Amino acid sequence: MLAPTPVLESAQPTTTELVFEVRGLTLDYETERGIVRAVDRVDFSIAQGERLVLLGPSGCGKSSILKAAAGFLKPAGGSLRLRGREITGPGPDRIVVFQEFDQLLPWKTVIDNVAFPLLVARGLSRKEARERARAALSRVGLTRVLDQFPHTLSGGMKQRAAIARALATEPDILLMDEPFAALDALTRLQMQADLIEIADELNITLLFVTHAIDEAVILGTRLHLLSAHPGRTITTFDTSAFGPEDVGSVAFETIARDVHRALFERKGARA
Amino acid sequence: MSDILAQSDDTTTLIPIQPLPWRRRVGRFFQSLAFRRIAVLVAVAVLWEIAARIQNNPIMLPSFLEAGQAFLDASLNEGLLLSALGSLYVLLKGYLLALVLGTLLVSFAVANGFLRDALQTIAAMLNPLPAIALLPLAMLWFGLGEKSLLFVLVNAVVWPFALAALQGFEGVPETHRLVGRNYGLTGIRYVRHILVPSALPSLISGMRVGWAFAWRTLIAAELVFGISSSSGGLGWFIFRARNELFTDRVFAGLATVILIGLLVEAVVFRGLETITVRRWGALR
Repeated sequence: MLAPTPVLESAQPTTTELVFEVRGLTLDYETERGIVRAVDRVDFSIAQGERLVLLGPSGCGKSSILKAAAGFLKPAGGSLRLRGREITGPGPDRIVVFQEFDQLLPWKTVIDNVAFPLLVARGLSRKEARERARAALSRVGLTRVLDQFPHTLSGGMKQRAAIARALATEPDILLMDEPFAALDALTRLQMQADLIEIADELNITLLFVTHAIDEAVILGTRLHLLSAHPGRTITTFDTSAFGPEDVGSVAFETIARDVHRALFERKGARA
Repeated sequence: MSDILAQSDDTTTLIPIQPLPWRRRVGRFFQSLAFRRIAVLVAVAVLWEIAARIQNNPIMLPSFLEAGQAFLDASLNEGLLLSALGSLYVLLKGYLLALVLGTLLVSFAVANGFLRDALQTIAAMLNPLPAIALLPLAMLWFGLGEKSLLFVLVNAVVWPFALAALQGFEGVPETHRLVGRNYGLTGIRYVRHILVPSALPSLISGMRVGWAFAWRTLIAAELVFGISSSSGGLGWFIFRARNELFTDRVFAGLATVILIGLLVEAVVFRGLETITVRRWGALR
């Protein structure tokens, strides 16, 4: 179980379309002292409507994998494919929601922030873009702050607006890099529940990065566990049965403990 | 999505429960920058008037009222405002030329690491050099006239502006860059939609520093010689008035220099900031 186990194709739901596919992904970083391997031969794939969570301690390269998926980072080996096409650079078919609150551009109002990618990447007219932005913002529960500038918003509202911006663009896959990590616990719980609701409703394909086990179990339909230095696949878990309402239940605690053990025992074995 | 938290999240648009009591309104007025500035100006005028009356020597120190009278006089009969306009015209020419040049230099520097270091080195060398020190050289190269003034002006503006702009572009947060690249923005669209607005606080501050340098450099240069033999310019007006011992006119000329400087600062730059970076919360 602890050996790197490539995800079996048979584990994929065969009826739905494969959206995102990573094969033998290897990522290197250049440092002062030499080349450092961040991610070592990782495989996974995500089907339409699936929510795959990359979970692991810091240094496991989960954020690097997300950066490579976004096209910000060139892989040293292996391939990333979106709907069969090789990823060669950044593009609006994969929208990233970052952890940082300053991902909203401070010189644009909330609605203009959401309309911005529709204008520059989708080529919509200003009127059309604002209409779709308004719809996306009301979906995430932001209707009264449309014409405010981001600096007047709370952290939770900023992340909601960023999610609305990603939704409005209708990407093939949504990439989220610990978007709730800087929020307080109550807001985080609410955001997780809302994200699941929206994702189910719109059948969104999601690649989500986190280091919080409970968040991973709540949000993900599947977990992909990674070890640190370099990032290697440990194992995968099916968590499609768990949602925010299961927090604290016996089954939830059991799987959380199993995930913890899978991450922790690996560390222990290396020490 | 009608959840409690989303609703409580939506309350940043706070509606006042009652109007401000008049005492606090008066208090807020006394705290405003406009009021404080005017108060300082009035105090300076009063002190000046008192000092001049005690001294009682209009050749050395004319009183505030005399200088004011001279200002009106010179504006109506001696072409003080025309001189000021002449100065501003040359200034604007040099200033815009320098901004264009600076923008070009910075674009090259942003695109290429070696050019960036090169620009930084040259700007760091020339920035501490008072531009007016180049005037003798400019006169040697370009002769007496507008060309020399423009040369000195451009030197006064381009280096501080380039340094500030470069610093601004380098300070663009990684997240802003990634957001722009995520939408597939490249080249000039990336610069226009991401880099320039993100660096705008630094760009404005560079323009402001450049303006101040340009204004004082121009007046200093004009003290040496007018824009051309026919129309003098403000510095030349001051110099001529001193030669003829019209000290009240010297003061009127100096006041014009100060007033124009303040006006541009308060109206142009402050206004530019108010509609951009202050609204965005990038500057308080």
